[in-house]
Amino acid sequence: MENNQVITAKDLTKKFGDFVAVDHISFEVEKGEIFGFLGANGAGKTTAMRMLCGLSLPTSGVATVAGFDIYKQTEMIKKRIGYMSQKFSLYEDLTVFENIRFYGGIYGLRDEQIRQKTASLMKQLHLEGEEKTMVRSLPLGWKQKLAFSIAIVHDPAIVFLDEPTGGVDPVARREFWSMIYDASERGITIFVTTHYMDEAEYCDRVSIMVDGRIDALDSPANLMKNYGVNSMDEVFLQLARKAVRTAE
Amino acid sequence: MKTITVEQLVKNYQNGKVVTNALKGISFSVDQGEIFGVIGPDGAGKTSLFRILTTLLEADSGTATVDGFDVVKDFKKIRNCVGYMPGRFSLYPDLTVQENLEFFASIFNTSIEENYDLIKEIYQQIEPFKNRRAGQLSGGMKQKLALSCALIHKPTVLFLDEPTTGVDAVSRKEFWEMLHRLKIQGITILVSTAYMDEATLCDRVALIQNGQLLSVNTPKGIISEYPNSLWAIRANEMYALLHAIKADPDIESCYPFGQYHHVAFKNPESNQKKLEQIIQNGKYTDVEIKTITPNIEDCFMALMN
Repeated sequence: MENNQVITAKDLTKKFGDFVAVDHISFEVEKGEIFGFLGANGAGKTTAMRMLCGLSLPTSGVATVAGFDIYKQTEMIKKRIGYMSQKFSLYEDLTVFENIRFYGGIYGLRDEQIRQKTASLMKQLHLEGEEKTMVRSLPLGWKQKLAFSIAIVHDPAIVFLDEPTGGVDPVARREFWSMIYDASERGITIFVTTHYMDEAEYCDRVSIMVDGRIDALDSPANLMKNYGVNSMDEVFLQLARKAVRTAE
Repeated sequence: MKTITVEQLVKNYQNGKVVTNALKGISFSVDQGEIFGVIGPDGAGKTSLFRILTTLLEADSGTATVDGFDVVKDFKKIRNCVGYMPGRFSLYPDLTVQENLEFFASIFNTSIEENYDLIKEIYQQIEPFKNRRAGQLSGGMKQKLALSCALIHKPTVLFLDEPTTGVDAVSRKEFWEMLHRLKIQGITILVSTAYMDEATLCDRVALIQNGQLLSVNTPKGIISEYPNSLWAIRANEMYALLHAIKADPDIESCYPFGQYHHVAFKNPESNQKKLEQIIQNGKYTDVEIKTITPNIEDCFMALMN
């Protein structure tokens, strides 16, 4: 892409009947940026993410993801993004290698590429010799790290991470973030939601959604300065408490 | 009086040839009227422990009592006096809010009216939607309904298995405020969570990892047991700084915490000077170094090693 912007959104809106789930949000995300996407339950995060992933058509507004239009080029978008969440990541009843082969195949990698990727992933994750292990029997922290590696196995322009670290032990959680930094250094854009406010502070920029709108968007340092507080937790509480609509 | 006692509980699961040691002989007790937190990551054994104490699962060995009753011999008595909110939403999705509550009241031979006082404050928030099917509620409302149903028979002990998982920071805060009001009414609460910061909201906590208890104490007590002095450092290039600090042989641990890295030394004599040296070698700018009190997550990670 020429202009280095992996996501552009202008007045992006989604209504369900009278209910405005996402209300004219506008923002841009740059190549390699770690972009935190925060908001209370029911603020509209999931709806916004589904539109950006090409899974749900907007009611109005314009947006591009990896240079493709989110109305007309959803199939192109799906090829250029990765996705991982705590709830859905890997197939538990397939082995480590079968999961890599499955996702690699879906994203159109050739057998030779899959073999190479598998070897390098196993080394990187210190999982050598575990290719035939059922994913079910891996500890949660390993599962999440493997899921992330597989979500970027096709070198996407951007990876969407929806609460990737929920329930993970604190050491594994930090190892996971170190993988996020590595991916971002390699130029992969990271779009991440989390309920851990210390993780919000690891992002380059953070947006906070309230009642379908983006009420704040800046670097964590600037947000804390502007709100006169010392942690992202306090920024979040100040903004989310203004919410009128309850998550119903 | 001890409301919950747990002695050497062991639970293993066998799946084909693979044996999982969910609980490896854990012991602790909970006093009447306490909010007691069981804190650890997924897979630590929290749910197995809760299911044994609520008589839904039998331990392989060890004993436990709830409200003076043995979890095996007196299981029927325990079921009458405890409230249980499982981690997964377990009400009837095709019944309305009110029907769910009436159902749970009637199987405990009571009525909504009889114990309305206890649930009033929580139930009032969802009462406007009492004719809506439970499956159609948002996460926060489901949680309030589940808590109302767990309380409707006026239990002496409340078991809450990860009530705040996946819940945003504001709703989590509100949920804990509700728990503190229940405590005032004399209910003993055993609550599990993977959020380490919630430890400070409990009277006492057990830190659990891989089926073993790492420590049982008050939150302050756990912090006072932290073995090292701890420093927080930040600079312009945090990721490079993390690697530089970790590469130093005198460093016991270095973990990112929001905008700072927390650093502990193997040898207490080498401290601030050492950090300043690392900073100078790397030509960092915007540097801040300070000593800090560890938080529960620092303690948990130190105990994990």
